[in-house]
Amino acid sequence: MSIDISQFHDVFFEESFEGLDAMESGLLNLEDGAADVEAINTIFRAAHSIKGGAGTFGFMAVSEFTHKMETLLDEMRNGERDVTPESTNVLLEAVDVLREMLTAVQQDGDTDDARIAAVCDQLVEMLGGEESGDLEQESEMAAANSDDEKPIGWKIDFRPHLHMLQTGNDPVRLFRELDTLGELSVTLDESQLPLFSDLEPEDSYLAWHIELISDVAKEEVVEIFEWVEDDCDLSIEALFSVAEASPELEVAAVIESTESVDAIDETQLKAPVAEKSDTKQKSSAAPTAASIRVGTDKIDSLINMVGELVITQSMLSQVGDNFTEEMLPQLIDGLAQLERNTREMQEGVMRIRMLPISFAFNRFPRLVHDLTDKSGKQVDLKLTGEQTELDKTVMEKIGDPLVHLVRNSLDHGLETPEVRLAAGKSETGMLKLNAYHQGGNIVIEIEDDGAGLDEDKIFNKAVEKGLVNAADNLSPEKIHELIFMPGFSTADVVSDISGRGVGMDVVRKNIHSLGGSVEIASEQGVGTKFTIRLPLTLAIMDGQTIRVAAENYILPLVSIVESIEIKSTDIKQVSGKGELYKLRDDYVPVIRLYEVFNIEPQITDLEEGLLVVVEGDGQKVGLFIDDLLGQQQVVIKSLETNYRKVVGLSGATILGDGTVALILDVPGLISLYREPSTKKGLVKPERAA
Amino acid sequence: MAKILAVDDSASMRQMVAFTLKGAGHTVTDAADGKQALDIAKTQSFDLVLTDINMPVMDGITLTKELRALPSYRFTPVLVLTTEAGGDKKNQGRAAGATGWLVKPFNPEQLLSTVKKVLG
Repeated sequence: MSIDISQFHDVFFEESFEGLDAMESGLLNLEDGAADVEAINTIFRAAHSIKGGAGTFGFMAVSEFTHKMETLLDEMRNGERDVTPESTNVLLEAVDVLREMLTAVQQDGDTDDARIAAVCDQLVEMLGGEESGDLEQESEMAAANSDDEKPIGWKIDFRPHLHMLQTGNDPVRLFRELDTLGELSVTLDESQLPLFSDLEPEDSYLAWHIELISDVAKEEVVEIFEWVEDDCDLSIEALFSVAEASPELEVAAVIESTESVDAIDETQLKAPVAEKSDTKQKSSAAPTAASIRVGTDKIDSLINMVGELVITQSMLSQVGDNFTEEMLPQLIDGLAQLERNTREMQEGVMRIRMLPISFAFNRFPRLVHDLTDKSGKQVDLKLTGEQTELDKTVMEKIGDPLVHLVRNSLDHGLETPEVRLAAGKSETGMLKLNAYHQGGNIVIEIEDDGAGLDEDKIFNKAVEKGLVNAADNLSPEKIHELIFMPGFSTADVVSDISGRGVGMDVVRKNIHSLGGSVEIASEQGVGTKFTIRLPLTLAIMDGQTIRVAAENYILPLVSIVESIEIKSTDIKQVSGKGELYKLRDDYVPVIRLYEVFNIEPQITDLEEGLLVVVEGDGQKVGLFIDDLLGQQQVVIKSLETNYRKVVGLSGATILGDGTVALILDVPGLISLYREPSTKKGLVKPERAA
Repeated sequence: MAKILAVDDSASMRQMVAFTLKGAGHTVTDAADGKQALDIAKTQSFDLVLTDINMPVMDGITLTKELRALPSYRFTPVLVLTTEAGGDKKNQGRAAGATGWLVKPFNPEQLLSTVKKVLG
């Protein structure tokens, strides 16, 4: 019978990666001097579980590698070895390697064999090069084995100790097993049985003399008594022996054949291994089908809500069955309840996709550890609000921008200890990551107490790159914004830490594509703070319904700056740029939506309609519309999956009355305005990017 | 068929053990640590307890001791799942009153044959 255990691989990988994260954060804490037995125990347990699981599921390389880590951790746990920065670093390195190995196994990818071997050597060296005694023991046993002469069976004297039954071992079970080995004859020895008055019913007083006629090896008999050997007097003797074919000969033959197999393995495998090491960098296959772990409390509350929904439904259907006018209040009550149920359900379902942001934050202690090691800077990383929840997809997409911003702070923001001391600051820099909910958004702050942005340097750079004119007089805030401009890269100060070819413009673009925003607050000599605002989920957003002629559209609420009535005196006609509206000290271009969407207008006089000022890609524009309708949460339906991508639209939704409304994409509208040539993009599929 | 309590902090091991035993017709209840297992054991009876040793909150050795202290578990077979064959953990398990042990890594067939050995 064989059972397919590959179905448990996903769970194994999931818990192993979690275990690795736990090991990593545990090891980083150890380094902080916060070492205690329980902390080491937790790390040990994670390694232990991975080793056990890998062995069970057949990932022997992983199991063997983890075994070495486990041994090292076990010695630390038992106090036989001190926790030193060197050992912690080797273990951290090993965690990385292990993660790589697991990923490779999971995705059928290749591993960096050289690195694995190197870290493996480090572990072995740290362990003092000695291997565990298991092997010796085994060979001893093998030697003992070959000494035996061939008997016709075994004579077994078995006298359980008084307490043997209390270990849950039953002599009957042993006999039954012996019976499977050969012909069994059992003699009962009841000499130790006490008088009935002295008899303790839970003790065992009986003994047995057993003769087993069988050609099985002694080990097989011993194995049956393995669990009770300390709870009984046991002697197993050969029943008489007839010498047969010399067992040594067989053993020798076996050894020879295994050796030759080894030899073949080595020569044949060497070539492909060498080739492999060149190709291993390529594979970074997409992760397998994503799953999500949901706390049972969340599921329970959902089930509870469904229950309430059912009650409301039956109440409403009762009202509907024999409806009279007097029942109107009941109907209104019922509908109010239905609305509440629906909202709660919606929130409940959304919560299923929510994970604490600690999943994204957890990698930073390690990142900071590695980067400060390299740069000689001293940094104290503070994480707060780690339990703040956000949508899993948003979390996955915000990971890289966050890493970039943290690297940026470590590299450009925080100074070396000498510079800090000279500036009158403490030697150790502070880097704070914070997250909290605000309205329907999650706010993530990355704050350092470093040098702050150098406004002159940034301005000069921007002039050099032709992004601004040297004569422009920009406020510090405007200058800070420049670092987000495409094409702005402070190439000459790029180090190996943050210079990874990704500019801040990409960071901002990624955040915008999630419907979020990023702001900088910086003061020279005091520090820099990035504030990222993201919607909690991508599936639902707050929308403002607007009317243009006979059509309804949805504008994302986050992109709206303000809505105003237009005074025609504030309108300027500029040749080549169309209409501009004077908004306090600014001029914003006016986009007449009916023109963009090519629909028959009902209002063309600007004073009769409204101007909604929206912001996208750092630019403000005014959208001329007929009227503002209600605000509501809308469920976003993708246009791409149902139709195709359309510039200026981010999706569609179904309104309460069943009609479909298109959701406007503000950055898209702005690009349409900037490049009228793509205006027809609304009816044409967008060219491949 | 038997009622079995399987205790392991690793979800994959738990699932594998439960799946294997259920496939052989047993009824399986699982627990993620010794404390959980003990609470369950106090409210129901089992024909066999399988427990990992290294677990958070309460380890398998303590669980075995605690179980043996309960009147209804004095003679119940308790198997500890151990990776340290021939090691000190095995002796600890025995001292705590475990019936026997199963050395990790094991495959489903080994698990079933060991369970069969105990239950007959």
